[in-house]
Amino acid sequence: MPFIPHTGPEVQQMLATIGVSDIEALFDEIPEALRVRSLERIPEGMNEQQVMQLMQERARQDGRPLNFIGAGAYEHHIPAAVWSIITRGEFYSAYTPYQAEASQGTLQSIYEFQSMIVALTGMEVANASMYDGATAVAEACLMAVRANRRSNSARILLSRSVHPHYRAVVQAMTGNQGLKLEEQSIVRERGSTDVAALASLAGQDLTALVIQQPNFFGVLEDVDALCDWAHAQGALVIAVVNPTSLSVLKPPGQWGVRGADIVVGDGQPLGCPLSSGGPYFGFMATRKDYVRQMPGRIVGRTVDLDGRPGFTLTLQAREQHIRRGKATSNICTNQGLLMMAGTIYMAMMGAAGLERVASACMARTAELVAALTRLPGVRLGFNGARFHEAVLQFDRPVAPLLDALSAAGIEGGLDLAPWYPELGPALLVCATEMRSSADIATYAAALGKALATVRAA
Amino acid sequence: MSNVPADLHYARSHEWLRELPDGSVEIGISDHAQHALGDLVFVEAPVVGRKLKAGEACAVVESVKAASDVYSPVGGEVLAINEALVKAPELINQDPYGAGWIWRLRPDAAVGAAGLLDAGTYAAVADAG
Repeated sequence: MPFIPHTGPEVQQMLATIGVSDIEALFDEIPEALRVRSLERIPEGMNEQQVMQLMQERARQDGRPLNFIGAGAYEHHIPAAVWSIITRGEFYSAYTPYQAEASQGTLQSIYEFQSMIVALTGMEVANASMYDGATAVAEACLMAVRANRRSNSARILLSRSVHPHYRAVVQAMTGNQGLKLEEQSIVRERGSTDVAALASLAGQDLTALVIQQPNFFGVLEDVDALCDWAHAQGALVIAVVNPTSLSVLKPPGQWGVRGADIVVGDGQPLGCPLSSGGPYFGFMATRKDYVRQMPGRIVGRTVDLDGRPGFTLTLQAREQHIRRGKATSNICTNQGLLMMAGTIYMAMMGAAGLERVASACMARTAELVAALTRLPGVRLGFNGARFHEAVLQFDRPVAPLLDALSAAGIEGGLDLAPWYPELGPALLVCATEMRSSADIATYAAALGKALATVRAA
Repeated sequence: MSNVPADLHYARSHEWLRELPDGSVEIGISDHAQHALGDLVFVEAPVVGRKLKAGEACAVVESVKAASDVYSPVGGEVLAINEALVKAPELINQDPYGAGWIWRLRPDAAVGAAGLLDAGTYAAVADAG
């Protein structure tokens, strides 16, 4: 459908029809004190050549370090076909599929995405994607408060082992909406949620329990015990999962006796480059019973007036452009382009491919851990079973070691001191299928050198 | 011209109220309202036991084109909800004053004092649009 802008004379004709002199007059209900007449502090614009030279100069400052950081965003191989399809004009510039008759292609791809997420998570219905994993967790908490009609407390239990950024975003988004977030402790040796400590909350009015699997440390939580305990208290279970891991771990729909109630996560590992932190996309899936409380866009399959199959946005009465203040959320969009990348990635990799990626990552991380713990002063931090990340404990501060590695072109991992000071010097490391044995050997050698020169302070 | 049974009370927001022999009241939405909404696809009724105030939004009726709040014409405690609407929300379209009842309430005060409209007055309100 081509875009044809209005001409000057057409604008004048429309203004004359409604009896308005100019477009500015349409904004006259905005108080004078709030109006901006000009943007004084914006410098003069640059031309295209100047902009390109500036950006090329900036790009030269980017290094290409050997990356061993995970912590919520993972470097995976993206098949070339993903981005060559995504950057086609029909997908790249297509916007909101509100007009079903003009958007069947987009709607069908979203429907395929939703179907794949349902299959991966073991749930019953999924939406068209959220902004990212962190906001998806916050939305899940708000959804749980709406959906759990037997609970009035709005108390949400979040383990300390859930990604610190996700917990901060949940606080930012829900803190002023009456939700009470309660942090649950972790077992120091295992690196996972203290299930026994939950016993002190038994019998209380709890709205939901958030479980991240694998957790921020890469450790596997006891999801069956946690899920069953939460359900016994009348709380809903919100599962936060890594989509790659779902090819080798039990899907949340099969946790415990009843399975999780809401499943969310970040889809970045599926076909999205690291790209300095984004954009990524979030996913959300739930039971059919709760579909009317699920925020975001949903595509459904239906038939038209002539009985021909087609796709359309459905259940839109929940969304803000219709329900306004009583909407399930203010999100009435989806992260279309990145979700499409995820869909094509999943279609190309298939279940078998995802499993091979997952297995390769687990093997590489095991190899990394083995190589690094051979060095003096480096121990494995937690003894719980892991997916593709591990915490290493050091006998001296981690920051100077990371600086030395950085100077050698290696991003060694995430220093946990800012978020988990109680652990002492600790480093979160990850080796995906992109890290070869040679890369791991390079890291081990560089770390060995750094340990020898950066002696205990 | 919509159907407006003479023996019921009405609110301006298009709810009807029927006084039952045991002193409780039954509430739903009018023929005018169901017609304006179109085919209903979902009804969210208030939880049994909830205490409502007169005029409080306590239920939602959702059609293919809109989700509308339903307001309680009088205050009181919710005694029962029409479970048949879960599988068959279209009962409200087919029989808004009978099988399409939404909830029953034990009113806090005498219905007569609630300032509700009689059938004639409501019919004029509904037809005015």
